[in-house]
Formats: sequence, C-alpha cells, structure tokens
Amino acid sequence: MRELSLHILDIAENGITAGADCIQILINEARGSEDLLTIVIEDNGRGMPAEKLQKPTDPFITTRTTRRVGLGLSLLAAAADRCEGKLEIETESGRGTRVEATFRYSHIDRAPVGDMAATITTLIMGNPQVDFVYTHIVDSEDFVLDTRDLKEGTQDQSLTDPVLIFHLTQSIRDSLNKLARGNRKSEGTEENHG
Amino acid sequence: MAKLTIDDLKKIKEETAKSTSLREGGSTVKITVHMGTCGIAAGAREVMNALMEELAESDRSDIRVVASGCMGMCSSEPNVTVEIQDSEPIVYQKMESNRMRQVFKRHVLLGEVQSDFALGKM
Repeated sequence: MRELSLHILDIAENGITAGADCIQILINEARGSEDLLTIVIEDNGRGMPAEKLQKPTDPFITTRTTRRVGLGLSLLAAAADRCEGKLEIETESGRGTRVEATFRYSHIDRAPVGDMAATITTLIMGNPQVDFVYTHIVDSEDFVLDTRDLKEGTQDQSLTDPVLIFHLTQSIRDSLNKLARGNRKSEGTEENHG
Repeated sequence: MAKLTIDDLKKIKEETAKSTSLREGGSTVKITVHMGTCGIAAGAREVMNALMEELAESDRSDIRVVASGCMGMCSSEPNVTVEIQDSEPIVYQKMESNRMRQVFKRHVLLGEVQSDFALGKM
C-alpha cells in the first residue's frame, strides 16, 4: 500500500468486522533521537481465534469465507519489517485485539503516513454505529479526536451527515497540518539555540 | 492538546441536525463501498471520499453510504454497489473518483445505469 494510513484503514475495518463498537487508533511520530514511528490499532471486538493467532500474519490462515487468502496483517507486517520495525499482536477472546506496528522513522523504505483525515472520515462515514478515538502525537504535541465527544449532548447519534463529514475532514486536516508545523517551528528554535 | 475544533464541529452538527430532521424518512438509496484489503489497496478510500463530496453537494438525505468487506472479486476492485429502492442492485467495478462522481450524478440522481462500468447485476 502506498500510505500507512491505508494500512490503518484496513486493520480498523478488520476490528469492525470482528464486531467492535470502539476502535482506538494511535500514531506516535518520535522524529527526534528515538527515530521511531509507532502505530497502534486497538478494537474491542471478539478477538482472534487460536488458530489464527498462532500465525497471525500467514495469509493462508483466514477466518473469511469469501476467499481463501487474507493479506491485511501480512502486508502491514512486511511494511514494518522492511523498515527495521516489527508487528506485535495481542488478542483476547471476547475482549478485542491490539495491533502495534513500529517503523524506523527515517528509514528510506518507510511509506508516508498519508492522508489520515481521509482514513478517519472514511471509517466514520462507512460505520456510523462504531466509535473512533484517534490520537496523533508528533514529538511533544498531540491531537485527539473522540467521536463520542462529537455525539455527546446531541440527540442525533450519527455523524454521517455528508456536510458534517466534509467539515470534519477539513478540520482534521487543518489540525494535523498545525501539528506538523508546530513541531517544525520548535525544531527551528532549537536549532537557533544550538 | 489541539482540541479547539470540536466546538466548531458541534455547532455544525447542531445546524445540520436541524436541517436533516426536516427531511426525515427512510433511505431509498444504499451505496456500498467495498473496503477489504484489496479494495483499499486499489483506491477505495479515494472513491469513498469522492462519494462523500458528491453527497455533501447533493442535498439528499435519503442516500445511505456503507463500507463493507471484500466480495471475493478482488481483481475488479474497487467495487461499489448501488441499490435503489424497487430496482436491481448494480455492482460497479474498477472504480476511481471520477467514475464514482459520474455514477453518482447519472445513476443515483437520475436513474441511468452506467453499464460501461458495471460488473453485473447482483
């Protein structure tokens, strides 16, 4: 996949297929000396069956019935692997699954994070019954979006109005730009001091 | 913490809630964007975004958009299924944003099936 945000969309959809009603997505960009990109996708679905957990990234072990191969986790594992990172999966039957992928931030093969605003609003639009908590950290700054906050206090529990989605996409995009810019500015001042 | 946009969004949400409550009623059109690994890798997210934009412009509240998994026809992804009440569902194949816009404007709004892009009837 061209962007890591597409992997995130894919793994989050897995969680929804597993019956989750809340998906938590964390992106942590430690651009400094740590040089580490961490992506965590956590769901409260039914968890993975034991057979799958023994070899979660084997594409030929899949719970689906539409075809015999499942590539989502295998692709993410391969993406992390080629960037000196790794994929870790924790799952508990009936409680959910947690997928954590790490990458060396500056690795030349690391795909860009990509359009997270599009990923998040695509998830919201396509799955109105599911809540999403999205946290994006860049060094010391962070951005948090919790769809439960947006639903709170209003009678209408869905966020799928297309006009709302349109504004939501814009505002996530703006916030993420600010997040990236804010850090660049602080890096700049550090350089000045140095 | 950059959280200032939430209040703005709530305002927008309240405003849109008012206008949609006036146009209440069940949905008569269901558009399914298939978002398995195969669909996503082939560009389903861009298709979904184009669809959201068209929907925002259309001022129609009876159209429901859902994301679903792979149908098992990975080679023809991204697939989109359009189901209009009282007519047969149509599956479109190899969609991209411009095709999605055309299908939305012609098929969903005007009822003209775009058979050039159709995979078949379900």
